[in-house]
Amino acid sequence: MKKDIIISGVGGQGILTIAATIGTAALIEGLHLKQSEVHGMAQRGGDVQAHLRISSGPIASDLIPEGEADLIISVEPLESLRYFNMLNTDTGWLITSMNPYNNISNYPQLEEILNAIWKLPRYVTIDAEKVAKDQGSIKAANIVVLGAASPFLGLKYTSLEKALEKMFSRKGQDMVTLNLKALKAGKNYTEKHT
Amino acid sequence: MEKLLLLGDEAIAQGALDAGISGVYAYPGTPSTEITEYIQSSKQSKENTVRSLWSANEKTAMETAIGMSYAGKRAMVCMKHVGLNVAADPFINASITGANGGLVVVSADDPSMHSSQNEQDSRFYGKFAQIPVMEPSNQQEAYDMTRYAFELSEKMGVPVLMRVTTRLAHSRSIVSRTDKPLQQNSLRLPSSPKQYILLPVNARKQYNGLLQKQDIFEQDAADSGYNVFIDGDDKSLGIIACGLAYNYLIENFPDFKIPYPVLKISQYPIPADMVKKLVDEVEEVLVMEEGYPLVEELLRGLLNEGKKIRGRMDGSLPRAGELNPKLVAKSLGMEVHNGFDLPGVLVGRPPLLCDGCPHTDSFLALNEVMKKYSRGRVFSDIGCYTLSALPPLESIDTCVDMGASITMAIGAADAGLVPSIAVIGDSTFTHSGMTGLLDAVNNHSPITVFILDNSTTAMTGGQHSSALNRLDDIVKGVGVDPEHIHVIKPLRRLHEENMKIIKKEVEYEGVSVVIARRECVQTLARRMKLKALEKKKAKQTAS
Ligand SMILES: Cc1ncc(C[n+]2csc(CCOP(=O)(O)OP(=O)(O)O)c2C)c(N)n1
Ligand code: SF4
Repeated sequence: MKKDIIISGVGGQGILTIAATIGTAALIEGLHLKQSEVHGMAQRGGDVQAHLRISSGPIASDLIPEGEADLIISVEPLESLRYFNMLNTDTGWLITSMNPYNNISNYPQLEEILNAIWKLPRYVTIDAEKVAKDQGSIKAANIVVLGAASPFLGLKYTSLEKALEKMFSRKGQDMVTLNLKALKAGKNYTEKHT
Repeated sequence: MEKLLLLGDEAIAQGALDAGISGVYAYPGTPSTEITEYIQSSKQSKENTVRSLWSANEKTAMETAIGMSYAGKRAMVCMKHVGLNVAADPFINASITGANGGLVVVSADDPSMHSSQNEQDSRFYGKFAQIPVMEPSNQQEAYDMTRYAFELSEKMGVPVLMRVTTRLAHSRSIVSRTDKPLQQNSLRLPSSPKQYILLPVNARKQYNGLLQKQDIFEQDAADSGYNVFIDGDDKSLGIIACGLAYNYLIENFPDFKIPYPVLKISQYPIPADMVKKLVDEVEEVLVMEEGYPLVEELLRGLLNEGKKIRGRMDGSLPRAGELNPKLVAKSLGMEVHNGFDLPGVLVGRPPLLCDGCPHTDSFLALNEVMKKYSRGRVFSDIGCYTLSALPPLESIDTCVDMGASITMAIGAADAGLVPSIAVIGDSTFTHSGMTGLLDAVNNHSPITVFILDNSTTAMTGGQHSSALNRLDDIVKGVGVDPEHIHVIKPLRRLHEENMKIIKKEVEYEGVSVVIARRECVQTLARRMKLKALEKKKAKQTAS
């Protein structure tokens, strides 16, 4: 088992929470893991990404080789485009939220962005904010996206649930429940739409 | 053995704690900041009272650590690569005094300049100081080598430099921790009483001692196990892979089995015998290193008349920027995969000042004042406020190194550019702006220094600023005329008022200081959250 995952978004959108959840789940399953993160300058509303590699064997590089990512998980549609060059053209999936984070003056038309994504052979585009709101809070939109990506991670769904419980227990049972629901809703969406 | 999921930076920190350090001394800087932050929040560090407050700058950090080493205890100093420029004087001289308690200097390089002004390679500083350098290739090595570096430092009686780069510093993996951490040293002054008095008569002796140790350093690098020769059947090529480059190399081969002989380098000075063994048996050599072509240049020599040496200097690998698995594969003539083409609609998303950032209001006022002058007069410094170089603000004209705003403004004013403005953050001001301000006062320079006091070191994530609650007194103490020191609150509703003050001082032909004081909205939000949490806790325990 080996999955190379790019997680992308804008600084402050919670991509490290997604990475940490997958990472924790991978450790629960006894897998190897490397996770390269962006810190520092790029966090002020700029683009951020993490490279997450999980595998049943040892992992060499901290960076995913170009053109070999199995998965791009993006919490922002424009940001998902930034890593097209990383995606494996034969097998790679792109999972992204359709909710734009518009903090630049030249933000393209959403339609043009989605059209570029819809040209890929394998993708899931999800209105994560709406799905999250339906589950109780827009704050869980990043976990909705994770849920939408969950069928492609090569991990047991229960491991992801355990990981979320572990990560959010500090913040109270309400937060755990909300995020578990968000995860499930994301998963259901993908199962219905692929 | 306990297993921990750690960033490369955190592995170094944990390694240092388990090596029995008594103190870490540092000034923040990406990608080194998390080393000190880990120690600051570690339980182990609190239990053992490991000293870990931020220093005013890298030079003071280095000197304080030298003092702790002098007193016999183990000390670590951490900084980003350009910080080592600031600390270069004590760093080089510490190689002459030698170390008593273990002294390890960590310098985190930033090839590709993700958040830096340059991509200088700290290994050259190790060579310059003629001390051993460690360059881990993964998180486990980062952990193990830190302890080894302390042992080496005490065994050889010299400081040891540890060099990491961004991708290791900020990448997480599992690290096995030792069951046998070292205890801290007890107080013990150097046995040789004149070692730290670098008068020429002593310094010459000390320097000779350092020169004599060079062969032992090299021998240790051959024996420690951190430099390894891995044989391969195909002798058409030999590979030297330094630090992180080794990972990118093996990434390209199934089961990590390389057909060519490989020399993995993680400790310097490079053992000549190991290099000779490799070079002798292969037809040509490919050198992979993150940063400058240090090893490659050594191997080539000035005349480059020996075997063919490939790497960054002949274009096999790019001359600048960080390596990655694909670049390494290409240099080996291997087939590489391409992903999908980047769509035409993609646009960049540069970092911005946060919504509500105090710097924005400061610059809006300054911009309006500067409208009536020709452009090119605003000398800035390094911090969040440097982002004001970008649209929409486009307020500043320079950013060179920490502290350079004030001193460059003095020089430009001397040249006739009057008025000249310096813009500097509170943390940068106490890092290296204070001395420049003293120059300005002594020089009667017609400059206005705009100190943007957001009461934190924001750029690197909101660390404690040495300037906190001291700024006004420092400015007065340096000798700025109190009539020309103003504190304003950068808020949209005070725009007119603030502008008037700035305008008046910009027109004044002497040294003036305007302190714009309002807390960074990020640290403010964090403080409020913590406060609310504490309140909630207190309530719970009370009921
Ligand atoms: C010699 C050196 N050390 C450290 C850094 C990293 N660095 C850049 S800006 C900065 C902090 C600036 O803080 P401050 O001046 O208060 O400005 P703020 O970011 O809070 O606006 C640091 C630590 C550097 N670029 N150079
Ligand atoms: S982190 Fe603070 S100082 Fe930096 S841009 Fe944001 S609000 Fe401004």
